[in-house]
Amino acid sequence: MSIKIANISKSYKKVNALKNISFEVKSGELFGLIGPDGAGKTTLFRILTTLLIANEGVASVAGFDVITDYKSIRKNVGYMPGKFSLYQDLTVEENLDFFATIFGTTIEENYDLIKDIYIQIEPFKNRRAGKLSGGMKQKLALCCALIHKPKVLFLDEPTTGVDPVSRKEFWEMLKRLQQKGITILVSTPYMDEAALCDRIALIQGGKILEIDTPAAIVKHYLKPIYNVSANNMYQLVNSLKAYEYNHSVYPFGEFVHYTDRRSDFNPAELKVYLESKKLSNITIEKTVATIEDTFMELAK
Amino acid sequence: MKRFIGFIKKEFYHIFRDRRSLFILFGMPIAQILLFGFAITNEINNVDIAILDHSKDATTKEIINKMASSKYFSIHQFIEKESDIEAVFKKGKVKAVLNFEKGFSENLIKENYANIQVITDATDPNTANTISNYVNAILQNYLKEQNKSSVQVYQIVPQTHMVYNPELKSVYMFVPGVMTIILMLVSAMMTSISITREKELGTMEILLVSPLKPIQVIVGKVFPYIFLSIINAIVIIVLSIFIFKMPVQGSLFLLGMESVLFIITALALGILISTISATQQTAMMISLMGLMLPVILLSGFIFPITSMPLPLQIISNIIPAKWFIIIIKGIMLKGVGLQYVWKETLILLGMAVFFIGLSVKKYKIRLE
Repeated sequence: MSIKIANISKSYKKVNALKNISFEVKSGELFGLIGPDGAGKTTLFRILTTLLIANEGVASVAGFDVITDYKSIRKNVGYMPGKFSLYQDLTVEENLDFFATIFGTTIEENYDLIKDIYIQIEPFKNRRAGKLSGGMKQKLALCCALIHKPKVLFLDEPTTGVDPVSRKEFWEMLKRLQQKGITILVSTPYMDEAALCDRIALIQGGKILEIDTPAAIVKHYLKPIYNVSANNMYQLVNSLKAYEYNHSVYPFGEFVHYTDRRSDFNPAELKVYLESKKLSNITIEKTVATIEDTFMELAK
Repeated sequence: MKRFIGFIKKEFYHIFRDRRSLFILFGMPIAQILLFGFAITNEINNVDIAILDHSKDATTKEIINKMASSKYFSIHQFIEKESDIEAVFKKGKVKAVLNFEKGFSENLIKENYANIQVITDATDPNTANTISNYVNAILQNYLKEQNKSSVQVYQIVPQTHMVYNPELKSVYMFVPGVMTIILMLVSAMMTSISITREKELGTMEILLVSPLKPIQVIVGKVFPYIFLSIINAIVIIVLSIFIFKMPVQGSLFLLGMESVLFIITALALGILISTISATQQTAMMISLMGLMLPVILLSGFIFPITSMPLPLQIISNIIPAKWFIIIIKGIMLKGVGLQYVWKETLILLGMAVFFIGLSVKKYKIRLE
């Protein structure tokens, strides 16, 4: 086990940020922590990276206890905080060189680990970090977190505020790093990224809702789910919410994800109801549940 | 050691890339020393005075000539009656009026006694005081010359002798003070800001999750500022020697060592401030209010400690600047060696050790 978390609770003055959290991350796993803002993801990251002390519970990273052995953890993990935390007035190369030096290594020594990523920002190596685009900043931050060849990598919302293309590239990089044997714990508010992890934990309000592989989590969603569309999206959502048998109604791109409370639900019946609400171009099709549906269901 | 050097290299990048701070860092000492040296001064030069001469005889003429020929005064106008005195003061240009009584010369010869009234504009008490002293001096001087020729018995002439700063140059008083302020400001404020900046930008989080030891971070942060402060101290001393002809009687080496000791005390204070403030703004405010004001008001730089109320005199003892000013005044003006300032040095050393110990202890190895 690379990360062990047992009964961790943490409260700030007024907020209970984490309530009795336990899970484990296997060596070499790409583990996702999925949840909205304020779910407690950052607090958990800070406890694991020895920056905060939990009120209750024990945790270990790479075999070291987060409290008694914090010095060993600090040598062996890479951490990329949610906020861009590099020196904006230093160039790309100087930042990387600085982090290599304080971890007692050099860029050359571990170049093969960061090569794939660094090669993309190398043309800008003499540019100040503050002047890079969002995607570039993330790549640089990842390089800096990787330069000392950490055993465990903590990435706190690495793709927030990054364009879709860079996000995709970023996840491809994570997959490659995983193949090099690095355990990765990554948090994200984006459900679509969850599917790319080996296992995920859904977290909300400081509690873990579910832990499993993305595929298994989706399977837990037993109710048949329907894609509903019509000419007027706003009215469609309102009408569905007003429908007496509705179980859940969530807008999802161009469709509305709808589930019914009855086990003998007939889509034709719903269509009649919607037509009575003066909606046209109505389509109702069965679809497969996504992680977002599961999350919404669990978070209810 | 390599880590440490890497850290210091990074600090220097920060300092040299922040042009504005760099300008303040080196511009401020020069501006301050020139301001204090030239503009703020207790000396008087070419002060305009008015004369109300009721006797208009040989003696008064001679005295008036003496006044006019000194570089301290210039005769702005002659007035005729008492009621004009108020009027010339109100115009604001004239700072003093000399009023000779009627029959000045006669009285002096017959009764050995004559009256002259010196009226000064005391809206600025310091200047008024200085003017009246200068007038007195010129009059005494005149009398002495006169008495040489005549036979005069029983006269007490106090021979005042100002030592260490015989010309009462105010720059001699300001240089040690300004040097203290600048070293305090650069060392304490700059360090506290540079540490809190890491907290504010979130880079402290990464530094904490690294094998860097607290002591390496702290020493790495203060080292560049020790270096810069020493350069500043040298600039100030060189300026005061070459522009204001300020003598350095004592050993330059001792002066340097004492400055380093004071710089280290100030840096430790800066680290302490950074441990209690979360943002650069707070750090700056605490440095300005908590360090600058006491340095200016309670260190004896401007207001003499002996004339303060007792509680303030006691408080002034905990201000490092007070001891440093005593030390550098001793070295620069009196030329004393360590045997005369060892007590103050020891107090400063004690303060430095105390603050460094406290700040290392208070340095957080985690976020809260």
